[in-house]
Amino acid sequence: MANQVLMPALSPTMTEGMLAKWLKKEGDVVQSGDVLAEIETDKATMELEAVDDGILGKIIVAEGSKGVAVNTPIAVIVDKGENASNVEISALPPAAEASPEPEPEAVPTQPAAPKPAPVSEDAYTGSTTTLTVREALRDAMAEEMRTDDTIFLMGEEVAEYQGAYKISQGLLEEFGGKRVIDTPITEHGFTGLSVGAAFGGLKPIVEFMTFNFAMQAMDHLINSAAKTLYMSGGQMGCPAVFRGANGAAAGVAAQHSQCYASWFAHIPGLKVVLPYSGEDAKGLLKSAIRDPNPIIFLENELLYGQSFEVPDDDGFVVPIGKAKIERNGSDVTIIAYSIMVDVALKAAKSLDSEGIDAEVINLRSLRPLDIDTIVTSIKKTNRVVSVEEGWPVAGMGSEIAAITMEHTFDYLDAPVNRVCGEDVPMPYAHNLEAATLPNADKVITAAKAVCYR
Amino acid sequence: MAKDTNKRKATKRSTPTKSSPEELLQYYTDMLLIRRFEEKAGQLYGMGLIAGFCHLYIGQEAVVVGMQAAANSDVDTVITSYRDHGHMLASDMDPKGVMAELTGRSGGYSKGKGGSMHMFSREKNFFGGHGIVGAQVPIGTGLGFAHKYKEDGGVAMTYFGDGASNQGQVFEAFNMAALWKLPVVYVIENNRYGMGTAVSRASAVKELYSRGAAFGIPGVSVDGMDVQAVKEAGEKALDHARSGKGPYILGMQTYRYRGHSMSDPAKYRSREEVSKIRSERDPIDRARQYILDAKAADDDGLKQVDADVKAIVSDAADFAQQSPEPEMFELYTDILVEA
Repeated sequence: MANQVLMPALSPTMTEGMLAKWLKKEGDVVQSGDVLAEIETDKATMELEAVDDGILGKIIVAEGSKGVAVNTPIAVIVDKGENASNVEISALPPAAEASPEPEPEAVPTQPAAPKPAPVSEDAYTGSTTTLTVREALRDAMAEEMRTDDTIFLMGEEVAEYQGAYKISQGLLEEFGGKRVIDTPITEHGFTGLSVGAAFGGLKPIVEFMTFNFAMQAMDHLINSAAKTLYMSGGQMGCPAVFRGANGAAAGVAAQHSQCYASWFAHIPGLKVVLPYSGEDAKGLLKSAIRDPNPIIFLENELLYGQSFEVPDDDGFVVPIGKAKIERNGSDVTIIAYSIMVDVALKAAKSLDSEGIDAEVINLRSLRPLDIDTIVTSIKKTNRVVSVEEGWPVAGMGSEIAAITMEHTFDYLDAPVNRVCGEDVPMPYAHNLEAATLPNADKVITAAKAVCYR
Repeated sequence: MAKDTNKRKATKRSTPTKSSPEELLQYYTDMLLIRRFEEKAGQLYGMGLIAGFCHLYIGQEAVVVGMQAAANSDVDTVITSYRDHGHMLASDMDPKGVMAELTGRSGGYSKGKGGSMHMFSREKNFFGGHGIVGAQVPIGTGLGFAHKYKEDGGVAMTYFGDGASNQGQVFEAFNMAALWKLPVVYVIENNRYGMGTAVSRASAVKELYSRGAAFGIPGVSVDGMDVQAVKEAGEKALDHARSGKGPYILGMQTYRYRGHSMSDPAKYRSREEVSKIRSERDPIDRARQYILDAKAADDDGLKQVDADVKAIVSDAADFAQQSPEPEMFELYTDILVEA
């Protein structure tokens, strides 16, 4: 009997991949455990092993095919004597829900400006390239490292492995082992070490594989990195970037799915930055590396593979502390950051079809917080919904509600409505996990509530 | 205690000394400055002029003075915990600025915003003054990382106590320092008590100098009450680290005469224990004897040193009381470097 070989999901967040190479050809005898093909995901190249014994009867997806959705039949294994041409290929199962690409931002395409540095986003009129957030982060580090020898990257698997999430791909090759350094799995120690290196005149970029592990280093991030400038009367700054994946991934349960944004936003002496788009990722990371202060740079794993238009100019930066209006609207202000901007934009699109014109603010920095942009928007719309992945208690939504009261009390037509992650540790089961996180429907409900609709 | 007995013998072998008469006089002066400074700080604390925690270094003076005598102060960096006044004075920081920080005045090293536990001087390569037990160890290791990265020939002298030597982050730092051959000398100041808990009640193995064995880091025990023994051991350790062989651990056997902090009644040890060490092993008395033996100075000469040191401390105390409190706008400065 014939068995279909399906495109496998090789990581918790993989939705598609490239069929890089077939290692068996049609007619070859295969045994369970034989490597059939190489699959390239956004993180790595993985081997696909046969589960069944038999003969590779038919290759359905040719090597070199890109964007092959998870669960697509890619080959058929038949028993000896069976003819593959008789095998009926079942209809493609629905691919795992792919993350829809957000609308790329309209950037006027004019000839690249001569390289003035730095170029702010408002002034940028140069060319752009479609890049994933992953590539944008890598390019930001590489461009800055080319200009300043004191910048180095340190973290688990950043060098030889090319990054657990492939963010540092190619950096070891370009900058060598002195500047791209694999660490032991000891966050407390290497974070403290990086703070000392910063005190000693270097500019560390520290990658936490995910920020869940940065909890072991919390003392150094807060007591050593954030406070020393103040305690030293301004003598001893800590120019370091602490970056990595933050927030819920997919199916990795409570210890690996958590947003730490409001934790760090609480601390004077830190700057806290959360990019959403590729442009944010590149422009903000470059600003962060140039900044003489300790920066907490919270990325999102689910955004790493998403593509955006990203300015080509090496001088392009996004200023820290400036929010971005991703969508203009007049009826309600939806305030979000990181991947929640994607959720807010989807909600805004649906609301538009129901006659509610939502403005979407991408905060980008939580500390400093761009209060002016928030206040100006609320004075226009008179209604506010905050969206965050983190827990509600003492979260950023609470802070936004307070700011709204302090600055725009007389402009409000409805109480602030918060959309947050549910107040529970992240469950593993798919349905429970989905119920825990904010989504477009929850934002739509909240927006309607403040519009009394 | 057998260890200490052995060390005393070893120390006797190391005297008479390699140090010149001038050097001996300098160590004596430096140690005396720390002691008189700390005594004065204790007085000012009692008068309510110094607030909060205040951890005095009295008894341990030979450790930092001997080590700094061995260091190349142009390039070597120093970092320690919160019992830090002695390290600052030995790093040639101005006693006025240190005392004024203790009194929380604008003339202090941190403009009055750090206090006893948090002072720094880039100019003197002193990197604090850290209040969290053990935290200075990976940070000091990072200073060593920077020395190696910049190839400036410096060594990071990372001081910590017997209490910190049990911390997990210390071992994480040891591992990286050995793995990457970083120029770091770890100076464990074993004053026998982590606050009120004796080393024997907190550490499974009391030979703290051997704490790097798991990482291949050499370590030796040193009589931390003998400034010459400290200096000699410091030179060896610094040479080792500076020559690219990686970190080195010095286990200083020392003792603090005062409580852990000003508010510590020190009931965990007997008066006899303290007075016995004071009378038999005091580092300043010992240096005084070396000087007299070497005829580096006579009684009158030493009296003059005492008077000079007293004057410096008295000036520092005056300055610390006259310097104004920080202005209110300082509340909001130095939180971030303006980009």
